[in-house]
Amino acid sequence: MELHQLGVEELKNVLDKGGVSPAEVLDSVFKRIDAIQEKVKAFVTLTREQAYGMAAAAGARGAGALAGIPIAIKDNICTKGIRTTCSSRMLENFVPPYESTVTGRLLEAGYVLVGKTNLDEFAMGSSTENSAFFTTRNPWDLDRIPGGSSGGSAAAVSAGMCAAALGSDTGGSIRQPASLCGVVGLKPTYGRVSRHGLVAFASSLDQIGPITKTVKDAAILLNIIAGHDAADSTSAPMPIPDFTRPAGMDIKGFRVGIPKEYFIPGMDREVEAAVLAAVKQLEALGAIPVEVSLPHTAYAIATYYILATSEASSNLARYDGVKYGFRAGGKDLLETYMNTRAQGFGPEVKRRIMLGTYALSSGYYEAYYGRAQQVRTLIKKDFEEAFKSVDIIATPTSPTAAFKVGEKAADPLQMYLSDIFTISINLAGLPGISVPCGFTREELPIGLQLIGRHFDEETVIRVAHAYEQSTDWHGRRPKL
Amino acid sequence: MIESADVLKIAGLSRLALTEEEVKLYSNQLSAILQHIEKLKELDTRDVGPTSHVLDIRNVMREDLTAPSLPVDDALGNCPDPKGGFYRVPRIIE
Repeated sequence: MELHQLGVEELKNVLDKGGVSPAEVLDSVFKRIDAIQEKVKAFVTLTREQAYGMAAAAGARGAGALAGIPIAIKDNICTKGIRTTCSSRMLENFVPPYESTVTGRLLEAGYVLVGKTNLDEFAMGSSTENSAFFTTRNPWDLDRIPGGSSGGSAAAVSAGMCAAALGSDTGGSIRQPASLCGVVGLKPTYGRVSRHGLVAFASSLDQIGPITKTVKDAAILLNIIAGHDAADSTSAPMPIPDFTRPAGMDIKGFRVGIPKEYFIPGMDREVEAAVLAAVKQLEALGAIPVEVSLPHTAYAIATYYILATSEASSNLARYDGVKYGFRAGGKDLLETYMNTRAQGFGPEVKRRIMLGTYALSSGYYEAYYGRAQQVRTLIKKDFEEAFKSVDIIATPTSPTAAFKVGEKAADPLQMYLSDIFTISINLAGLPGISVPCGFTREELPIGLQLIGRHFDEETVIRVAHAYEQSTDWHGRRPKL
Repeated sequence: MIESADVLKIAGLSRLALTEEEVKLYSNQLSAILQHIEKLKELDTRDVGPTSHVLDIRNVMREDLTAPSLPVDDALGNCPDPKGGFYRVPRIIE
């Protein structure tokens, strides 16, 4: 296999053996990027020059868990001195004066930044079609979307444009694109990874995580980015285990919950068949499937689109054209605000800001925001109840494989409904992973979602790794 | 149902200038989304407490110590209109 196709662990082995330098790895990666970026459009910014500098430094130092490993970063994670746009006109020329905690930790580990990846503007969307710049294409079928909002990161990993990537997940934005692009996407427990330097969308739901070629690679990256951070008061002061340790352990006797509410009429037949076959495979590995119920599943989308938009309307109030970012002219300050935000934000961001503003406005607050917070409690309790009898929960990641560019773009509600299986996990703050579990007849990847208890990424990784290693789905690469 | 007047009111609160076309579009789309959200009213939530976030931590405290902060030039590096170490905005008072 060519160097650009290798994941983190494989590449580390190759580099450690000697004979291949980090610069040669980068040559392979950028040759690949130059060949396919125009078709896939995974990157908003390429950092070629910086990358060779970082590779040279890594080659000289040699140490570090990620020395010389080329990684892509979603463009809503601040990188000091490197443009961070959120795929928005509002931040098109924004150059962060500070480093996010996660990329700071990757720097300490010797990583090489390949570039910043495309997303739905401010991470609001499920397809990257809401990017203000362009739509990223699915490497398995260029007429289809890669999923979102971390679509650029997932497409880049899938197409061999980097060894791994970071994404962010507010309602499925790591897991859904990973599923649709045939790679692994891990959303850690809320609070496991510092959000310092992640441009805020919905602060009680946002979480950074890895998108990788294997489950083991996701564990390697989580080892580096996880942990308490004084700069994020919602990062949990919890001990950090070695997340790679459970990769390789058996899953005999593990009880796997299958929520009946997730296997609904209307779900794509091929997706359902692939996920049920994956459950059979877990059973063959010694796990015990158990039917569980998550009775408030049907209310998750409505709850999410109240809470996430309310938090967004507050978080995005900072984009007023005063301190940083885009500013439009106006005759006075109010008109400057109004014009800046009208011209700087795209339609989906405006829609969500208005929905959130409405839900928080006087006279509607109790009926919408207040009620949604209560239903969030019910959804969280559903999982607590289910985890009394099972160790892990298995579901599809997405109800369908990748859809066509433009297919859902005109109907926001239809787009929202495509997040139906991932959203509850953010509301409950649980860790979840998507691993490849098959393909449709049209050769489009399907993902299996595994959900764990709070701060039990170890079980998630253990089960996901055992499944992955007993199948060969993760070894397939798109023909580009 | 979200009427045009409602959209204009929300847009004002959100500091968003909208075109007439946008007002019509958002009136339709927000109505459809809110119709779906009405679903939450089916549930009896009388004895259910709210969840604002899922962690079992609150009131995170730290020592009140001074530490180096961003230099002024860096902090103003992305400002559209800086002057003399300040952010400059259009006149507010006539």
